[in-house]
Amino acid sequence: MLEVRHFTQVFGKFKAVDDISFSVKKGEVFGLVGESGCGKTTTGRAIVGLQPVTEGKILFAGKPIRKKHPTTQIQMIFQDPMASLDGRMTVREIIAEGLRIKGIKDRKILDEKVYEMMALVGLSREQASRYPHEFSGGQRQRIGIARALIMEPKLLIADEPVSALDVSIQAQVINLLQDLKEKLGLTVLFIAHDLSVVKYFSDRIGVMYMGKLVELAESEELFQNPLHPYTKSLLSAVPIPDPRREKNRVRIPYEPACSDPAAAFREVTPGRWVMS
Amino acid sequence: MREHTLQVNHLQIAFRTGNGLVQAVRDISFRLEKGRTLAIVGESGSGKSVTSRAIMGLLAPNAVVEGGEILYKGKDLLKMSEKELCKLRGDKIAMIFQDPMSALDPIMPIGKQIAEAMVINGKLSPADAKNKALRLMEEVGIRNAKSRYGKYPFEFSGGMRQRIVIAIALAADPEILICDEPTTALDVTIQAQILELINKLKEERHLSVIFITHDLGVVANVADDIAVMYAGKIVERGTAEDIFYDPRHPYTWALLTAMPDLETTGKLQAIPGAPPNMLHPPAGDAFAPRNPYAMEIDFEEQPPMFEISPTHAAATWLLHPNAPKVALPKALAARIERMGQIGG
Ligand SMILES: Nc1ncnc2c1ncn2[C@@H]1O[C@H](COP(=O)(O)OP(=O)(O)OP(=O)(O)O)[C@@H](O)[C@H]1O
Ligand SMILES: Nc1ncnc2c1ncn2[C@@H]1O[C@H](COP(=O)(O)OP(=O)(O)OP(=O)(O)O)[C@@H](O)[C@H]1O
Ligand SMILES: [Mg+2]
Ligand SMILES: [Mg+2]
Repeated sequence: MLEVRHFTQVFGKFKAVDDISFSVKKGEVFGLVGESGCGKTTTGRAIVGLQPVTEGKILFAGKPIRKKHPTTQIQMIFQDPMASLDGRMTVREIIAEGLRIKGIKDRKILDEKVYEMMALVGLSREQASRYPHEFSGGQRQRIGIARALIMEPKLLIADEPVSALDVSIQAQVINLLQDLKEKLGLTVLFIAHDLSVVKYFSDRIGVMYMGKLVELAESEELFQNPLHPYTKSLLSAVPIPDPRREKNRVRIPYEPACSDPAAAFREVTPGRWVMS
Repeated sequence: MREHTLQVNHLQIAFRTGNGLVQAVRDISFRLEKGRTLAIVGESGSGKSVTSRAIMGLLAPNAVVEGGEILYKGKDLLKMSEKELCKLRGDKIAMIFQDPMSALDPIMPIGKQIAEAMVINGKLSPADAKNKALRLMEEVGIRNAKSRYGKYPFEFSGGMRQRIVIAIALAADPEILICDEPTTALDVTIQAQILELINKLKEERHLSVIFITHDLGVVANVADDIAVMYAGKIVERGTAEDIFYDPRHPYTWALLTAMPDLETTGKLQAIPGAPPNMLHPPAGDAFAPRNPYAMEIDFEEQPPMFEISPTHAAATWLLHPNAPKVALPKALAARIERMGQIGG
C-alpha cells in the first residue's frame, strides 16, 4: 500500500529525516514513535505530498506521490487541531471542503455527507453551523478527523490525533479509528507520544531517533523484546498508571555512543529490523 | 499533623460570554499540604486551569469571582491588591505552563532570563543573580551552565527549554509551584526527566506542588494527593492510594476504566454522552446523565462530600447510608486486582 524508500528530508543544512525505509500493508496500522523532533511529522507530511522530498521515493499503491496533484486517497489528521482548522469557516464548510474541491457542488448531497461524518465522529448536526473556537479541544480534533474521513481515504496519516484529549475522548477516537479499520479496511500511519495507546492500536511499530529509523517490529514483539538501546530507554520511560509500580519503575537512560559509521538498518529475524 | 500552605474554600468562578455566564468553577474546596504534590485530574473543560489561574491571580478579564476564598498564610489572595499579588507571584507562588516556548523570550539569552527574575523581585545584585542563575541551571540538570548561559531558547531542545522555564520559576525560591500540563508536548523520555526533576525539587526544597494533567501515568508518578474534577466541581479527593486502589465516584471509575495501559486489549471503555452545558449547570450531580449507577436523587440534588476516611471523600449519593450497595465495574475491579498483585 505504502512504500517509503530511502526517504531523506533536508531543511537548509539540517537533515530532519535521514534515509528511512519502511512499508505499510493494506489494512494495517503502522505506529511511528520516537523523540520529539526526530522527524515523524516531517515523514507524514512528505507522504501526503505537502513538501517536496529531498531524496528517496515514496510510493502509494505502487505509484510515486506527486506534490502537484496529491491524491485524495491519502488524508492527514494534523497534530495541532486549532492551527489546522480555518477559524473563519463553519464546521460544515470545513468538513465539506475536500468534496467541493473534488467537484461535488450539490448542497444537499454535501450536507448529507457532512451530517453522516459528524454523526460518525460523535458530533451532532446542530453543531454544523458553529465555528471551531466554539468547540472544546477534543471536539476540534474530531472535526479534523471528520474532514479527513469524508474523503474516504485508503490511507490515513494520524499525527498525534489523541494527545490533546482527555482519556475518555481519547478512547472514543481510538475506538472510531478501530471500527473504520475493521469495516473499511482503512490503513493508518499512527504517530503518537503515548506508547500505551500506540501499543494498543498498532500492528507494527517503527522507532525513530534523530531522523533515523532505529527499530521496526510487530507491536507485541517490540514491547516484549526491544533490541535497540534507544527503544529500551523509551519503553522504560513510559509512566504506568499504578502508583505502587510507577514509584518503583527504573528508567534506563540512553547515552548514544559516537555514531558508528558502519551501523546499518538490518533485518535480524524476518520482519524484525534494527539499527546495528 | 500535616501543615498546609494553601487553602481554597468554596471557590466559585464564572465567565461572562455572549450567551450568558459560564459556571466554570462551582464551589470547590481543597488544601495544599507542605512538601506534597496535589494532582488535579478530570474532564477537559472541568475547571482545572481556571482554578490554578485564580490562585495565581491571572484570570481572564471576563472572569467573575462569585464567591469563596483562597487563603495563603491566613490572607485571602482574592482580596489582595494587584501590587501585593504581583509580589507574591514573583516570590512565593510560581507557575509552569504547558508550552515552554511561549513562556520564554525568544530574543533574550536564557541565563539573563533566569537572573532577571531575581534582580527584579529580590534585592540581589546583578553579579549575585548571575551566580545564582548558574547554580539553578545546574540544579535543573543543564550541564555546562557557564557556556550555555548566553545561549538563546531556540538553541535548546523542547525538554531543555522546559527545564529553563522551571529554573525561572524557582529563581525566587517559591513555596508553591503550580504546573499546568508541563509535559504534554514532550516525549516520554524527556517527560520522565522533568518529572524526576520536579519530584527531586519537591523533596529538597519542601515545595508544595499543584500538578494538572490528563495522563494518569504521570499522576501515578508525581501525586501524593489527587483531586478529581468534573463540571466545575471536585467530585472525589484522596491520597494517590485512595484514588487508584479504592475509587468511589462513578466518574473516577469511568476515568480509570477509559485509560489504556500496556496490558490493555479489547475495546476501550469511553464514557458515553457529553459533559453538561455550563451555561445552565444541572441541579443534581452533573455526571448523572452519563452515570449508569445514577439514582433519582442524583438528578435532583447535588450530593455533599461524603467522608470515607480522614484522607478520602467523594460527592456521590452512592455513599449515602441508605443507598443500595453498588459493586465496582468488573473491568475496573480486575484492573485494580492486577495492580495490587504486581505492586504492594
Ligand atoms: N519547515 C521546516 N524548516 C526547518 N526545519 C524544520 C521544518 N520542519 C521541521 N523541521 C525540523 O525538523 C526536525 C523534525 O521535525 P518534526 O516536526 O518532523 O519532528 P516530530 O518527530 O514530529 O517531533 P514532535 O514529536 O515534537 O512532533 C525538527 O528538528 C524540526 O525543528
Ligand atoms: N476566558 C473565558 N471565557 C469564557 N469561558 C472560559 C474562559 N476560560 C475558560 N472558560 C471555560 O471555563 C471552563 C473551564 O476551563 P478550564 O480551562 O479550567 O478547563 P480545564 O479543566 O483546564 O480543561 P483542559 O483539560 O481542556 O485544559 C470551560 O468550560 C471553558 O470553556
Ligand atoms: Mg510532530
Ligand atoms: Mg487546562
